[in-house]
Amino acid sequence: MTSTRLTTIRDGAPGRRELDRLTALMALMTGDEKHGPAATSTLDALWVLYDRVLRVSPETAASPERDRFLLPKGHGPMAYYAVLAAKGFIDEEVLAGFGAYDSPLGHHPDRVLVPGVEIGSGSLGHGLPLAVGTALGLRAQGLDTPRVWVLIGDAELDEGSNHEAMAFAGPAGLDRLHTLVIDNGSATHGWPGGIASRFEAAGWSAATVDGRDQQALHSAFTAPHPGRPRAVVARVEPKNA
Amino acid sequence: MDTMRERFISSTTRLLDEDPRLALVLADISADGFRPAARAHPSRVINVGIREQLMIGVGGGLALTGLRPVVHTFASFLVERPFEQVKLDFGHQGVGGVLVSAGASYDWPAGGFTHMAPGDVALLDTLDGWTVHVPGHPDEAEALLRRATPGDDRVYVRLSLQSNEHGRPVDGARFLPAREGRDGVVVAVGPMLDHVLAATEGMDVTVLYATTVRPFDASAVRRAIGHGPADVVIVEPYLAGTSTAAVNEALADVPHRVLGLGVARRELRRYGRMEEHLAAHGLDPAGLRDRIARFLGAGVSR
Repeated sequence: MTSTRLTTIRDGAPGRRELDRLTALMALMTGDEKHGPAATSTLDALWVLYDRVLRVSPETAASPERDRFLLPKGHGPMAYYAVLAAKGFIDEEVLAGFGAYDSPLGHHPDRVLVPGVEIGSGSLGHGLPLAVGTALGLRAQGLDTPRVWVLIGDAELDEGSNHEAMAFAGPAGLDRLHTLVIDNGSATHGWPGGIASRFEAAGWSAATVDGRDQQALHSAFTAPHPGRPRAVVARVEPKNA
Repeated sequence: MDTMRERFISSTTRLLDEDPRLALVLADISADGFRPAARAHPSRVINVGIREQLMIGVGGGLALTGLRPVVHTFASFLVERPFEQVKLDFGHQGVGGVLVSAGASYDWPAGGFTHMAPGDVALLDTLDGWTVHVPGHPDEAEALLRRATPGDDRVYVRLSLQSNEHGRPVDGARFLPAREGRDGVVVAVGPMLDHVLAATEGMDVTVLYATTVRPFDASAVRRAIGHGPADVVIVEPYLAGTSTAAVNEALADVPHRVLGLGVARRELRRYGRMEEHLAAHGLDPAGLRDRIARFLGAGVSR
């Protein structure tokens, strides 16, 4: 797959322009070549989420009723920051300072420094357990509207803490919880049988889609899954391809 | 008398009724005791099963939504096993919670080293902003717990089967004077008080009783030493020397000596009973008396 496939951003919309905008925003952040591929692997999925799925805006970033998006896979946050800038959570001007001492934008995001960022991240395996707690906390307070999304990578799935969370969330029936797995084939030992089957075995609703097909992503993100948490595995070009 | 852990269960059950912001996270330990609470508050009493990393992450997630999580299991599994979660899912996220442990350093010697956590307070010392309560009696455990639950800060409550005979009016901050004297200051932490009082019987020393060790009540120690050179012994029911840095900091501008007594770093690799472990670590009255007397005696010639 190449970036030339990123042409169908939404039904009949001139997706090229939105993508070019995000790419231009990402270009403002430099000096993190190591995380470059990880950053672009999430771009389409992030954009679909923020543009069409998540009910959160800069104005509602502190509202109890907002949807939560948690990014524990802090590596390569350029796409995340670009989307946050495009949606007005952060000023475009701060992008250029990416990683600098006086910038709020680190190579791993910090919720205390960036409006709209739900968790400080970087260490793999923390986001899904935090998302489970967030879903439980919303449920306990009768906040039935907000949905909780967490984005992890296929290699992050290696962390045992994620499996503790997966195994609990299914039987607990956390149907406000959603996990988006960006699968770029970077897990050292892979996931024989497929990633979706692991979630399904734990009682989740799961689907696997082309992570560069924004319409397919949108359909998978919005499919009903009563009584069960939802996992969407978005396959993108392999990390080492 | 009930144990601190039993008191934790009964008082937290009541607190869950009183405070709709409170939530309890368990990893199977003490789940039987909390069964009535779970029935009364199914959405706020959460047992994640034997999953300690998830337990701490869930606590952090609950706090992110504005709830006040109380998170409980044995100290080994609450602080040591998921330590990075404790560090990141509370501190780095900028949220708080109340961690309540059981088991402590030598509560179940027959269970072996896997269920002993003498290093828990030292580990938390590497983190910022944790208040550490070490109650010495079930009444104190309840009082400290009740102080901890309304806040938004990060609190660790360390419960033990070892207990002093009587509870004292602890306030969640200050050290309490337990005895006045002139030849030195002995700080007794939580359940060590009765043994320290027995050990220093007849000695002319001040004994301070500490049930909240972080933040460390430096002003109480400074008041106790007066003006001159100071000899301070701190007796802790966890890793020996855990709080000597705090004592040194409190007395940074005063000539002083510090002796830190507590559980030895070296694994004892013995089973048996708590009393046998206390004696082996020199934390029984006879062992304490011997070491405190030698330390203070050595100071006389200074």
